[in-house]
Amino acid sequence: MKIYVSMDSAAKALGADELADALMAEISTRGMDAQVIRTGSRGMIWLEPLVEIDRGQGREAFGPVAPGDIAALLDGDLPGHGPTEDIAFFAQQTRLTFARCGVIDPLDLDDYTAHGGLTGLRRALDMSGAQIVAEVTASGLRGRGGAGFPTGIKWNTVLGAQASQKYIVCNADEGDSGTFADRMIMEGDPFCLIEGMAIAGLGVGATRGYVYLRSEYPDAIMVMQRAVAIARAAGVLGADVLDSGRAFDMEIRVGAGAYVCGEETSLLNSLEGKRGVVRAKPPVPALEGFFGKPTVVNNVISLATIPVIFEKGADYYAGFGLGRSKGTIPIQIAGNVAHGGLFETAFGMPLGTLIDDIAGGTATGRPVKAVQIGGPLGAYFARAKFDTPFGYEEFDGQGGLIGHAGIVVFDDSADMLGMARFAMEFCAIESCGKCTPCRIGAVRGVETLDRIARGDGAAVAILTDLCETMKDGSLCALGGFTPYPVMSALTQFPDDFAVAKEAAE
Amino acid sequence: MTLASPPATAEMQAIIDRHLGLEGPLLPMFHALQAEYGHVPATALPLLAATLNVTVAEVHGVKSFYHDFRDQPAGRRVLKICRAEACQAMGANAMSAAVLDRLGINWHGTTPDGGVTVEPVFCLGLCACAPAAMVDGRVIGRVDADRLLAEVSV
Repeated sequence: MKIYVSMDSAAKALGADELADALMAEISTRGMDAQVIRTGSRGMIWLEPLVEIDRGQGREAFGPVAPGDIAALLDGDLPGHGPTEDIAFFAQQTRLTFARCGVIDPLDLDDYTAHGGLTGLRRALDMSGAQIVAEVTASGLRGRGGAGFPTGIKWNTVLGAQASQKYIVCNADEGDSGTFADRMIMEGDPFCLIEGMAIAGLGVGATRGYVYLRSEYPDAIMVMQRAVAIARAAGVLGADVLDSGRAFDMEIRVGAGAYVCGEETSLLNSLEGKRGVVRAKPPVPALEGFFGKPTVVNNVISLATIPVIFEKGADYYAGFGLGRSKGTIPIQIAGNVAHGGLFETAFGMPLGTLIDDIAGGTATGRPVKAVQIGGPLGAYFARAKFDTPFGYEEFDGQGGLIGHAGIVVFDDSADMLGMARFAMEFCAIESCGKCTPCRIGAVRGVETLDRIARGDGAAVAILTDLCETMKDGSLCALGGFTPYPVMSALTQFPDDFAVAKEAAE
Repeated sequence: MTLASPPATAEMQAIIDRHLGLEGPLLPMFHALQAEYGHVPATALPLLAATLNVTVAEVHGVKSFYHDFRDQPAGRRVLKICRAEACQAMGANAMSAAVLDRLGINWHGTTPDGGVTVEPVFCLGLCACAPAAMVDGRVIGRVDADRLLAEVSV
């Protein structure tokens, strides 16, 4: 009998470590022939700690399992959810990037290889750099960090640049609230990211890579560091990648709590050991990046999707999706939600379907008031916009952005003036200080929202004007996109901004 | 973590020198110093500046840019409570207000006995099991004020 318990930090946060220890103790007491294997998370966070039991006929899911349930679980008396992959939330997904996450032992390279791992890298080793880049371009993959820039075009720029050294930098500074896909794949399938970075290195001619990983993710840091060491010892990384005679090696670097370092130029400065201040573009990092050298800067999910594109082919990947949004997107549904977790699906599913059907509405059982998509810089969507299909252009057309594809659900108790104020306060705290619209504008934004809260209706026009200035005049997305949550809250929930005014009158 | 006497120069220099082979070594050096001493000692800044051939002002500028690097050691327990949107949607504001009130401190504050430091954090990636917190690097989800206070009361 094999028993699987997640070691993902969301599972740990809900008691998975204590549960796994108690399970092993009970197995040993009973003298049972059972093995406990720690995996990544299946992404059904409301069921964590989830236990899967394989008695030879596939994995059956139980959860959430409390330590007191262990005796019944091992006796076969605990009611479960049936086969894990038949659970509706899971069965409706198309898992390409996250195919192995929650299935394999994250640090078992043989398990990884047995589930299709390294197939893509072996294929890439027989291709030229130009062929590799062409494959990525044909897949239609766009940057999953938020900007949605075509990955193949970025790689092609780096491929064409002449330099003594080029770099692959993975942006693992996943600071947006409501997003945890990067963390889940790094904790649940770290070799997938390593393989993706190695393919990127072969494609553009870079021999060195860095993962800039936020310090708020200690478990992901530990798993990635161990995975890099294992991959190096096995010859996946190093001077002779899989005996090909070609070199690629990488390091994990830890951030230091600055949200703005998720912006690529700020990240590069931080990686160089400087203040994480945004750089003006041009030059783009693809030409002058880390220490001025041509650098691919890609999000974790973009890079972790590369192996499946090379394993199954660009056409296979591009066969999923909607319009110019090709492939699948790991959507993270969070906040006040009944069935929160990670849901990987082809682009195109309407927002309302995700929230009402897939995620089952709010955890509190109250009506959904608003959802914020794309982190603290993403717009709030009221129910009136719930028919928007999940895609880059479709969200842009509704005055929003999909960002890193995190959805935060709020029930009807949410105070949207308070959330708008928080957006400005967050921008003020996290601004790097380089450009004035962001550095000063965010502070003035908090003050102006406080005026509105005190009943000063004239301040609404000032706030609107300020948001225009921040949007048009900021160097990066921090100042430039903070107006999205602020203005979307103001325009869709005017009552929340008018209450104090009426009270004052 | 708290030291009675200031850290020895040679010891700090040895920690710094371990990272000299890295490209862009300053953040790893800060992290290593803080891991050893619980903060980045002011006396380390001239050593870092001399080692990296930059000014002390530059080293200070980098250190002060990042929320993580401390000037003073924290309390014996460090409680980080997420303040980001997903946790707010599950009542994090009221929860953190209750915790801070019962400990009698504000954000970034340390209790007078040096027992607990409470810091805000903007997202632990535990957004589907909010509200979330971290106690000495260990994550906790679906937490409430009583649980947090119990966690740090040892």
